[in-house]
Amino acid sequence: MEAFTQLKGIVTLLDLPDVDTDQIIPKQFLKRIERTGFGQFLFYDWRFTEDKKLNPDFEMNRERYKGASVLVTRANFGCGSSREHAPWSLLDYGFRCIIAPSFADIFYNNCFKNGILPVRLSESEISSLFEQVRKKEQFQLSIDLEKEVISSDDGMAFQITVDPFRRQCLLKGLDDIALTLAHEDDISRYEATTRTSIAGAAL
Amino acid sequence: MSKSLFEKIWEKHLVHEEAGKPSLIYIDRHLVHEVTSAQAFEGLRLSGRKVRHPELTFATMDHNVPTTDRSQPIQDPISAKQIDTLTSNCTEFDVRLFDLNSPHHGIVHVIGPELGLTLPGLTVVCGDSHTSTHGAFGALAFGIGTSEVEHVLATQCLQQDKPKTFFIEVNGHRASGVEAKDVILGIIGKISTSGGSGHVIEYGGNTIRALSMEERMTICNMSIEAGARAGMIAPDSTTFDYLRGRPYAPSDFDAAVAQWEKLRSDPGATFDQRLEIDVSTLAPQVTWGTNPSQVTSVDARVPKPSDFSDENARKSAERALDYMGLAAETPIEDIPIDYVFIGSCTNSRLSDLRAAAEIVKGKHVASSVTAIVVPGSFEIKQAAEKEGLDRIFTEAGLEWREAGCSMCLAMNPDSLKPGQRCASTSNRNFEGRQGAGGRTHLVSAGMAAAAAVAGHFVDIRQHI
Repeated sequence: MEAFTQLKGIVTLLDLPDVDTDQIIPKQFLKRIERTGFGQFLFYDWRFTEDKKLNPDFEMNRERYKGASVLVTRANFGCGSSREHAPWSLLDYGFRCIIAPSFADIFYNNCFKNGILPVRLSESEISSLFEQVRKKEQFQLSIDLEKEVISSDDGMAFQITVDPFRRQCLLKGLDDIALTLAHEDDISRYEATTRTSIAGAAL
Repeated sequence: MSKSLFEKIWEKHLVHEEAGKPSLIYIDRHLVHEVTSAQAFEGLRLSGRKVRHPELTFATMDHNVPTTDRSQPIQDPISAKQIDTLTSNCTEFDVRLFDLNSPHHGIVHVIGPELGLTLPGLTVVCGDSHTSTHGAFGALAFGIGTSEVEHVLATQCLQQDKPKTFFIEVNGHRASGVEAKDVILGIIGKISTSGGSGHVIEYGGNTIRALSMEERMTICNMSIEAGARAGMIAPDSTTFDYLRGRPYAPSDFDAAVAQWEKLRSDPGATFDQRLEIDVSTLAPQVTWGTNPSQVTSVDARVPKPSDFSDENARKSAERALDYMGLAAETPIEDIPIDYVFIGSCTNSRLSDLRAAAEIVKGKHVASSVTAIVVPGSFEIKQAAEKEGLDRIFTEAGLEWREAGCSMCLAMNPDSLKPGQRCASTSNRNFEGRQGAGGRTHLVSAGMAAAAAVAGHFVDIRQHI
């Protein structure tokens, strides 16, 4: 996983609550057996019209947001299915940071596994960001995960709190599986003791 | 100290705990399907790792599979490749696979319980959000992403933050025609699609105790639609009777039951949230919007966006009505439908098929409606055919299909065309879920069957 330390990037907007993973990446694109190449299908039914042209009514499609790497959106982002294709498509499209008032659990977790930083801000902070981003072309945010600060050149600043363990994993780009396998003794001990006392656990 | 059912299972599965870090918990059963596993197996290969416990890992293909004639090759080459990839991964990593030729083939959340793989007190995971289904047995069961699938394959463990707990007590006698689906839709309507976020929900109360295992699975299945990490119901004699004699149930079954009987929340156990619901006046539910909390009673009308005081909910309702092509204040019973789907891990079990068959028996689906019935597993299909349900369906003009996820998410050829409106027994009414531009109304099996006959929604309480 690519480490995440600092990021300065253009911010784009998705002004909808409860965006589900079926919208982030519709099911017809889940058939690939790779982790890459999903960006072209991100928000497919919203980004494109029925004749497969860019939908001019979809805010994210506007020229001013081109090259965005930060997505600001509304509450409960990523609800629905567990498909990791959702963060894969966001990452492949270019997003490294998603800012919302709240996220669905599985999606939130999946982001950290893929080097994407999901940030929770209050509803009012999000609304002020929406306002600023719409006011200023090519609005950019700087995200410093080490210092846990998000700021803009024109003086907006937000202190953020990221779970310390997840923050370390992102900062160092750590491999979860290697971290767990460092506990091989604990796992073997569990398998030889507690597990044997649970009815039906072993097969 | 009093403990909740969740806490008892969590504590028994702790492998390692350390302040400031997620806990390492042990996973007893890992279910695998074709859509979320290929990249995980590839990850193992790239890092030279093995599956730690192939005997605890079980795979099937369900999302992509056609539900029509299985003797024909799969038409979609990308679907076929994904299915073939699962087969070759299972061979390479020595994982047991219930493929399309297996008598145990079916939707992963249907066959786990059927085989007795899902047991009280176990931890069950799968790269699929509806893994919450298995909590009906008093298991801690939840969906995971593909990175976590790889993690479980390699380590048989998961790093997890301890979730909060939520007890929902459901009481009252359900009216005839009000099914488990209506109970859970009613709950989601009340607590919203994020009401359970960060929580494991335990369902209790006299209504829950009176439910069959199949009905309990319907309830726990849709816990994820309330945003919950998992849903669970304490095991009791209903659970034990269901499991006895299943292929993978413990051989010393009575000893297991003695242990399972202790798996209940102690009196005085504390929960982070509680909710009491009375279902004695609950009507059959129909969703009108594009998330499962946008739901109302069949005898009500489509709401007006201005009925919602919360700005987000109002905006959401406006958008949903536009997508769904519905005018506010339309009586639900006046909404015409084009399609009926009876199936999915929510409502494709024998009792669902019986409820639907009872309603369509001797009648015929409306001429404007296409209706398909997709059993959850090969075993259910056979049991239904033994009872003659297949003939009841086909004589009434419904198509009788092979098992799979089918039109719940339309990854296979079963899908809606743009603008088509479907009464569906599945679990998600998201935009495009059943096909781009398709419009989904979630209902129970009985309600879907009645809508097929009438061509619009009807209150089945008037007909039973």
